[in-house]
Amino acid sequence: MNDPAGAARTTVAEDALRSALSSGERPERPNALSASLTFGWRALLKIKHVPEQLFDAVFNPIIFTLMFTYLLGGAIAGSSGAYLQFLIPGILVQTVLLITAYTGINLNTDFDKGVADRFRSLPIWRPSVIVGALLGDMARYTLASAIVLALGLVLGFRPDGVAGVLLSVALLVVFAFSVSWIWTALGLLLRTPTSVQWVSVLIMFVLTFVSNVFVDPKTMPAWLETAVGYNPVTHLVSAVRDLMAGTVPVEHIAWLLVGCAVLVAVFAPITMRLNRIKG
Amino acid sequence: MGIRKPDHPDGTTDLGPGSGEAGSGPGPRGRRREPAVFAEELVYRFGQNEAVAGVDLEIAPGEIFGFLGPNGAGKTTTIRMLATLLRPHSGTARVFDHDVVRESDAVRARVSLTGQFASVDEDLTGFENLVLVARLLGYSRKGAKRRAGELLGAFGLSEAARRLARTYSGGMRRRLDIAASIVVTPDLLFLDEPTTGLDPGSRNQVWDIVRSMSAGGATVLLTTQYLDEADRLADRIAVIDEGRVIAEGTPGELKDSVGSGVLRIRLRKPEARSEARRVLSRELGVAVETPAEPVALLARVSDAERVPEALAELPRAGIAVSDFSLGQPSLDEVFLALTGHPAEQQTDKEEEAV
Repeated sequence: MNDPAGAARTTVAEDALRSALSSGERPERPNALSASLTFGWRALLKIKHVPEQLFDAVFNPIIFTLMFTYLLGGAIAGSSGAYLQFLIPGILVQTVLLITAYTGINLNTDFDKGVADRFRSLPIWRPSVIVGALLGDMARYTLASAIVLALGLVLGFRPDGVAGVLLSVALLVVFAFSVSWIWTALGLLLRTPTSVQWVSVLIMFVLTFVSNVFVDPKTMPAWLETAVGYNPVTHLVSAVRDLMAGTVPVEHIAWLLVGCAVLVAVFAPITMRLNRIKG
Repeated sequence: MGIRKPDHPDGTTDLGPGSGEAGSGPGPRGRRREPAVFAEELVYRFGQNEAVAGVDLEIAPGEIFGFLGPNGAGKTTTIRMLATLLRPHSGTARVFDHDVVRESDAVRARVSLTGQFASVDEDLTGFENLVLVARLLGYSRKGAKRRAGELLGAFGLSEAARRLARTYSGGMRRRLDIAASIVVTPDLLFLDEPTTGLDPGSRNQVWDIVRSMSAGGATVLLTTQYLDEADRLADRIAVIDEGRVIAEGTPGELKDSVGSGVLRIRLRKPEARSEARRVLSRELGVAVETPAEPVALLARVSDAERVPEALAELPRAGIAVSDFSLGQPSLDEVFLALTGHPAEQQTDKEEEAV
């Protein structure tokens, strides 16, 4: 380096660097829970810095509620006011389930961008990045539920009591968490974030449309009604409707919790295995 | 001391002389200390293509070791295996005597990786990125913040601390990435093409960082496709091409392996070149090359003693010389001599996406 000022700068930088390097601290490595919570904190930071990921939670209910309530509501339920009471719980479920897809997309993006290399070369419990992301996502699902409910209230939706609403959201978040394990598996399996998005949105659209989100299945052909009856989303929507109307649908809830347990029991081990062998 | 001469069945250039001489090797290479990296016959395939086709390596603790080769040579894939991110399809690798597959956790506790594409979270600020890594390495909340601030200061990023990493320039991002790699000072730092795409100022900063790391006792394994980078930074270099180590040694040894020196001559007039070439090859007894520049001549001389006499012959033949130099060959020339193709050649064999 010929320029003396440059040389002086370098020396200063090198001194700072040496001292930073020589700090020599080697803390105890964190346990699995603590590492997972740290990744949960990362997910919360991302909600703060990239609130765009909640846009879906705002626009999806607006578009669907307006379209179905005012365009089709009269034809489906006789009046748009009555239809709104029927539709908002369904839209709530549909919106939150659609945004679960981001779990897989974000995970895949980590690999795509290279930040997964950093995490995977750290001496931590490897699944903590996924478990932490799922924990952070539960905050995202709760926030999205609040947005949809606020919109519903503005449009004229009137649930019966706060307890029912809170229970509905809790049930929905638990179900969304369970479904998210499908997307973590897909996120590890597929090659690009775009393909993860396409596959998960496609699956979610089918599951939410072939359900009782928009219409009463009794109006459907018998074979479709049967199919809709097996769809867990139908049970979730029914449970949410009942809870918001002030009753406790024990059967639906039991059915759902079993469904959640099955989803996690199947897709969590698949995710863990894919995560272990990935790369 | 000196270079290792592994048994390469694949025709690795043997860089013979110098191996036995005391002091020809760099760095402190204690006899009883385990090597930082020891790999044998490492293989990794992408489908049919063997990206890494049997790599042997031994890297001493404290060394700056350079992996030199073109794109697609297998450098990144080898580093990813050593950093426990890929499982070798065959062969073994040990890092500080821990197997990279069976004892991957023990390996991860001692290494850090700065990937080819900066491994920072773009949606977080610089400060948050470092706090995140510090927390994951076991720092307390308060300790993590203190360490993050300290590192941002040392890397000249204090002013950008609260900005999202996506707004950083390439050089800043790379510095943040390296800072994340030394939150806890690693015993072995992998740097995959640390200066690719950086401006000269940022590149110098990265070089300073690498030298400081090494001065602090860490082993550094860096890949590069820039010959001058390997030449300036590395104590030892492995030239890697098509998934194999084709030569290994200090920069000086690599140059020696091609010839004792290179004579470069530039003439006043291009018309005189063919005559000058004839005179020189007669006097030097070697082939004289004609580089792209029309007034230039280049000869690999085995016997430097004959150079003055040969040069004196040119004016006698009425040929005016504008300048000449006798020196070691550049690593570019080394690469060409070893592989038959230039180092900067672009190939797209290596699939990075996995």
